[in-house]
Amino acid sequence: MPSTLFEKIWREHLVTAADDPALLYIDLHLVHEVTSPQAFEGLRLAGRKVRRPDLTFATVDHNVPTTSDRMVIRDAIASQQVEALRRNCRDSGIPIFDIGSAEQGIVHVIGPELGLTRPGMTIVCGDSHTSTHGAFGALAFGIGTSEIEHVLATQCLVQRKPRTMLIEVSGALSEGVTAKDLALGVIGQIGTDGATGHVMEYAGEAVRSLSMEARMTLCNMSIEAGARAAMIAPDETTFAYLENRRFAPKGKAWSEAVHYWESFKSDPGASYDKVIEINASALAPFVTWGTNPGMVAPVTSAVPDPAIAHNDAARVAASNALNYMALRAGTPIAQINIDRVFIGSCTNARLDDLRAAARVIRGYKVSARVHAMVVPGSQAVKRAAEAEHLDQIFRDAGFEWRESGCSMCLGMNPDVLQPGERCASTSNRNFEGRQGKGGRTHLVSPAMAAAAAVAGHFVDVREWRYKD
Amino acid sequence: MQPFRVHSGLAVPLDRINVDTDQIIPKQFLKRIERTGYENFLFFDWRYVPSGAPNTDFILNEARYSGASILIAGANFGCGSSREHAVWALHDYGFRAILAPSFADIFAINCTKNGIPTVQLEQKVISELMRRAQAHAGYKVTVDLHAMKVSDGQGLSVRFSMDEFRRNCLLEGLDEIALTLQRDAEIDAYEQRTRVQQYRWPNI
Repeated sequence: MPSTLFEKIWREHLVTAADDPALLYIDLHLVHEVTSPQAFEGLRLAGRKVRRPDLTFATVDHNVPTTSDRMVIRDAIASQQVEALRRNCRDSGIPIFDIGSAEQGIVHVIGPELGLTRPGMTIVCGDSHTSTHGAFGALAFGIGTSEIEHVLATQCLVQRKPRTMLIEVSGALSEGVTAKDLALGVIGQIGTDGATGHVMEYAGEAVRSLSMEARMTLCNMSIEAGARAAMIAPDETTFAYLENRRFAPKGKAWSEAVHYWESFKSDPGASYDKVIEINASALAPFVTWGTNPGMVAPVTSAVPDPAIAHNDAARVAASNALNYMALRAGTPIAQINIDRVFIGSCTNARLDDLRAAARVIRGYKVSARVHAMVVPGSQAVKRAAEAEHLDQIFRDAGFEWRESGCSMCLGMNPDVLQPGERCASTSNRNFEGRQGKGGRTHLVSPAMAAAAAVAGHFVDVREWRYKD
Repeated sequence: MQPFRVHSGLAVPLDRINVDTDQIIPKQFLKRIERTGYENFLFFDWRYVPSGAPNTDFILNEARYSGASILIAGANFGCGSSREHAVWALHDYGFRAILAPSFADIFAINCTKNGIPTVQLEQKVISELMRRAQAHAGYKVTVDLHAMKVSDGQGLSVRFSMDEFRRNCLLEGLDEIALTLQRDAEIDAYEQRTRVQQYRWPNI
């Protein structure tokens, strides 16, 4: 019987024949400071050990400062959390990419760039955006602290088999329309719970032509549609990205690995529980107007009227959202003024993202009323961008150029919006207060965020006059 | 983990859809390294006004719902971040069961691990429960996980279904890690026979 990519990975990781619930073997466990301390504490209290410290890697990203003087964390509680991770890693023999190390960065940025993330793997992390790693044809999903403890102790998880959903993307994205817009388009179409209980697979020509960075953006955002995980079958683009990465196989093992990875694609005729079709060529750059990622509209349109929502609950939610966002129905999206710009996060802080934003701002200045910052996803991204002098382009335009971390995506560190501030953000969530209590977030692509920084309001980046 | 069999308690309706875990517990409370003590942080931005005083417009602050242990919620409850702190906050506040038309996946799993059943009921049942919880002061609901039934003292009685494995863990209060550790030999055998491990596992 023809199998989907998901089914192939699932089968390969069954510890025993029972497949629902299954005891699923986990190949890679990524750990960060915020969701792990209680898991390590649980192990200690029960007298248990970490089974595979060699398959576990840690970094600090969520609460670390992004200023250049960040080696000393002034927030005592945050500092204690980072210390706890260091101690736990030391006690259990888990490698940690700490502040000050060349590898430090957002967990979903460094996994792939170190070659830890590879096709056919099962990957978990105590973070919902673990779906990012599915871009390599891995089964990767976020877990809570109790499951972190379970994986630390057993390297396995007891899992119900999820359903499958194919997102068939026809056509091609137009110039200026990115994977972020495709992701927002999908969420706008199926809703923030449209993929609940499902593992998504993205396929079609538009997906094949995406870079690895863009594929990561797409899979990253899938959790915002409620997906358990998202994946894209590996191909030449995937292999080219992985070759020579630090933890990737080398030499003869590399060619054998590629041969093995090539089997990870859905067979012709494989069936899915749900199929969604989307036409990439019909998409425009998107801007969210509300308080969840499904509340989204093309930059060419206006803030929608809650009255058009499909039921009472959605009408109330839309009306609450407009109230929180201080927006009126009918206001053209392009007339929304902004105060802040954040280019960063596990969604859009890789080299390609920074290049796209830098290309827009080259030769321009950030609007006088806007405070803009770039937070590279990792130290490696930061170094690569600096090697291309992107940092100079950002600084010349008036952006702050920061150290790597999650930063204002969730505002656990000092980078937060003030009450009432409105931000064009390349991150993944526009929930109430997400970037700071009372802050108002509009999710956009890096190029759209850069253009908004210059104009002081949203603009259609497809009409941008590049000075390159 | 505390087993869950039957629980009767005061019910509070939270009539909003897509309540995300950032609302259930905002990020500033995720820096703690403890597993308990989150009760005052639950729904923090909705529960308190900027001065720190209780927001009298928020339903949890109404005196009639004080001591509520059953939360009746809207669709897609618990979406967003995987933070288990959201479940700890609900638990520490006193909630023992959550009823909603649907739940986000990670949140529902996290609830199970903490002994809180997430009971999925049809929208029209949830709407009726919310209506009754608003209409009758002291409105109580019983969640019976043995019989898989939700009832009140006023004639409402509905069956629900739940994943058998999840239900069993809740009923027995099972330590899942202990269960999996008993399968150590099977996990060893899996690791031994995984012929392609060198491609899947880090090349150190």
